[in-house]
Order: sequence, then structure tokens, then C-alpha cells
Amino acid sequence: MINLFEVTETNKMIEQENLDVRTITIGISLLDCMDHDIDVLCQNIYKKITSIAKDLVKTGEEIERKYGIPIVNKRISITPIGFVGANACKSPKDFVKIAKTLDQCAHELKVNFIGGYSAIVSKGMTNAEKMLIESIPEAMKVTQNVCSSVNVGSTKTGINMDAVKMLGKIIKDTAEITKEDDSIGCAKLVVLCNAPDDNPFMAGAFHGVSEADCIINVGVSGPGVVKNAINKCNGKDFGELCETIKKTAFKITRVGQLVAQEASKMLNIPFGIIDLSLAPTPAVGDSIADCLEGMGLASVGAPGTTAALAILNDQVKKGGVMASSYVGGLSGAFIPVSEDQGMINAVERGALTLEKLEAMTCVCSVGLDMIAIPGKTSATTISGIIADEMAIGMINQKTTAVRIIPVAGKDVGDTVEFGGLLGYAPIMPVNNFDCSEFINRGGRIPAPIHSFKN
Amino acid sequence: MEKGIITVVGEDQVGIIAKVCTYLAENKLNILDISQTIIQGYFNMMMIIELQNSSKDFGLICDELENLGKEIGVNIKLQHENIFNKMHRI
Repeated sequence: MINLFEVTETNKMIEQENLDVRTITIGISLLDCMDHDIDVLCQNIYKKITSIAKDLVKTGEEIERKYGIPIVNKRISITPIGFVGANACKSPKDFVKIAKTLDQCAHELKVNFIGGYSAIVSKGMTNAEKMLIESIPEAMKVTQNVCSSVNVGSTKTGINMDAVKMLGKIIKDTAEITKEDDSIGCAKLVVLCNAPDDNPFMAGAFHGVSEADCIINVGVSGPGVVKNAINKCNGKDFGELCETIKKTAFKITRVGQLVAQEASKMLNIPFGIIDLSLAPTPAVGDSIADCLEGMGLASVGAPGTTAALAILNDQVKKGGVMASSYVGGLSGAFIPVSEDQGMINAVERGALTLEKLEAMTCVCSVGLDMIAIPGKTSATTISGIIADEMAIGMINQKTTAVRIIPVAGKDVGDTVEFGGLLGYAPIMPVNNFDCSEFINRGGRIPAPIHSFKN
Repeated sequence: MEKGIITVVGEDQVGIIAKVCTYLAENKLNILDISQTIIQGYFNMMMIIELQNSSKDFGLICDELENLGKEIGVNIKLQHENIFNKMHRI
């Protein structure tokens, strides 16, 4: 039977080390909502989302009560609107109409985000997808809880450089159009390579076409718990360090698995996957940077950071796959800057640069995340940053992403405040040597060779 | 059999167990196991209880125990046992 020591350990993780379940995300297919009339389409979308997810928040709260563990977010992911709206939307304005419908659903259901205002254009884009991408700045301005993502490349298809070029400008426009709120529109927009179909985390969540009609995906968390476990291994060798992280990840994931099964039963929606990502929050002690520093680095960004992150990411997965048979989504450590107090500190003390962050994304999901850069950064430079990150994903057969915020009117030395879970960030300098000739070529980067791996 | 785990943490004083047990008896919640220690003056108790005989909803019992804890001046928490089983047993 369970003993006092085990009960105390679990409750200490929850009460003192910020253990929580980061998100329960219901994935909903909107393929059966399609219509040639935009108003009928919006109506169908509204009806389907509000009927399937009507008990999501209530159920989440009941589970929190039953197990005494916080479930921070309740979210919805949907079929990429680039598909759903293809028949009905004749202009970017029509797409914005859908975005407003989604926002209304989010408000009424009290979920904090709906993800899937997305286009999958890794090889080429349809007219509808082009219009959707063009509509993103406006859509991000007029909605609060809608997240947008664009998949511009994959290991199988290569990188759609036309889309990469376009998105440099779209990100700039989104920053400009939401400049009164510190360009927050860009915090809800992510560019991906090898985007998974079952990711429960925002802003990149969407319900892929390979998925069932509806499904429950759960994202676990717990950097604080991992950090405390790492601290107990001071001075020990790597074998012991890895073993400790692995055991801790197992425990964290089992809680996620329990919550996922319970939610699936209560909502009568099949369970999909557990996403093993360690996701930080701005709360002190809930930081990936602290985990890395706990391994023996004076600051994140110091030599050794990439190796430390590789260890963390791999051990979390190894512990996690033992705890849940269905692991999916992004599953890796997230290294957002604004959402992680330890990362913010590292940037402020000059230890962490954009280039080091890029190197770190080679060994963890997901990519350059929540990074504020000067508003004057050119669209082609942003496209260049995206292209680099996409190339890392394409060649290494992993998901990578860019969620970067060129904060309008701000420059290096300024700080930007997004609020809530999105946190705050110092503006980071960008290498401004020009890459426009490269970006303006247009076309596609061919898929990489799948042999001779070096 | 559905089981719940009650934890009580706080400064030690007379009658903590009595008050918690009275509440449980009034609500037909059978106690299966109790373990308790005092660490540096702090009272630390865990109870395993049977849930199925109570007519009250789980959430309501949680709230009432929490309120009882406030009256006594300690922290009382009720959780379903599965969170501990899942985390500590393969």
C-alpha cells in the first residue's frame, strides 16, 4: 500500500515544485463542417466545437479536484483552416471571419486557446492557403485566443522557400498591426518544419488530417521537479544524473497519463497521446534554464549548454516512454525565452545569444521560441532566421519552429511585456548582415538525401 | 474499491485526529490505514479511506475537509489514491 513517504513526495512536487499538467487539448476534426458558403461553414464550425468541447473546462476542474493536481490549460486544436476554408473562402477577409468564429468558441467555452488557424504548405500552397497566410496579421489582431501556425517544410518534402519569404513579411506585418500591445500577435504565430499532427501545445497545435474525429492529447510539465532532482545529484557522474532525471520524468508522465485517461473517460473522447515536453512557465523555479544550470553551468549559454540540454531532453523521453505507451506531439524540452525566468536572466547577463539558442534547438524541441528582436529587423532577415531553423529540422528529421517577435518600435536594451504565461523578454540583438538575395530567389529547397548520414 | 488519501499537515495540537475522524465517521467514510509522524514539531498524517459508502460527492468532501482544516489551523487535503499509485507503482 502507498506509504506516507510517497504521498509526501508527490504532494511536495505539486505544492513546492510546480508540478502540473500543462494542458488537456481536445483535437477536433472540422472536415465534416466544410461548405461552399462561408456563413454556413462558420455556423457548422461553431456548432461542432461548442458541442464536442462543452464540458472540457468543467471536466478539467473536476480532475484537478479529484487528484489535487493543477491542470493549467484547457485547449482545443482543430483541422488546419487552410483545408477547411478552401471551398468557402474567396478572400483573406473570409478567413478572418472563420478566425472570429473560433475566437467566439474559445470565449464561450472558456478555453484559453484554439489552435489550428493553420496552413500546411511544406511543398506548395493552394490559393486558399495563400489567402489564409495573408489573413494572419488581421486575424491575430481581431482575435485573442486563436493561434496560428504554418508548416513550411519537412524532411520528406524539403522547404517551401516561397512560404518562408512570405512569412518573414507576415511576421513583420503582424508585429506592426498589433504594435499597441507590444506586437503580441506574433506570440500566437509559429512557423514549423515537420509539424506533428497531434501536438497539444500552443501556438503550434492543430488537429492533423491523419487523426480521428476527436481525440484527447495531454501535455505534461514539471521543470521544477526535474530541477530539484538534478540538484540532488551535485557532484555525481553522468550515469547517476541521467538515471535521476529518467526516474523523475517517469513519475511526471504517469500523472499525465492518469489525467489523460480520466479526461478521456469523462468526456467520452478517445485518448490520443501524451506529449512529454518539459514546458517552463515564468514562475520562479519552473525553468528549463535552472535545470541546465543545476547540471553545473554558471549560466545557460555557457559552453556545455547544448550537451546539457541533449541529456535533459533524452532522459525525459526515456523516462516518459516507460510511463505511457502512446507518446507523441513534440515531446522534448521547450526553450522559450520570455516564458522562462532563467532564460531571461541569461539573456540579460549577456550569456545567451540567438546563435546559441539556434544550436540548442538541434538537440531539443522545438525551436527559436518567444524571442523578442528589434522591430527594425528586415522581413528578409526574419525569413533567413526561419530558413536556418527549418533546415535544422529538415536535415535532422525533427520538428523545429520559429516564434519570433520583432517588437514594433523597440530595440536592443528595451524589454517587452506579454503578460500571463507568455511572460516578458529583453529584446535580443540579431545579426544584421543582409541575406535578401538568398531569400528572394524563391522556389523550393529539395528534400535531403536519406542516406550517408554524417 | 475506490480509496482516497487524506493528508494533514500543520502545527501539532490536541485533537487533530479526533476532529478528522469525527468528520469521517459522520460521513460513513471508513478508515483503512493511518500513519503519522511529528517532524520538528510539525504534525504529518496520512489516512487511507474507503469512499464508496459516502453519499456525498468527492468534490464536496474535499471542500468540507479543507474547511475543517482551516477551523483547526492545519492543512487537510483529500486526493484519489490513483495519483499516488500511478506515480509510485509500475
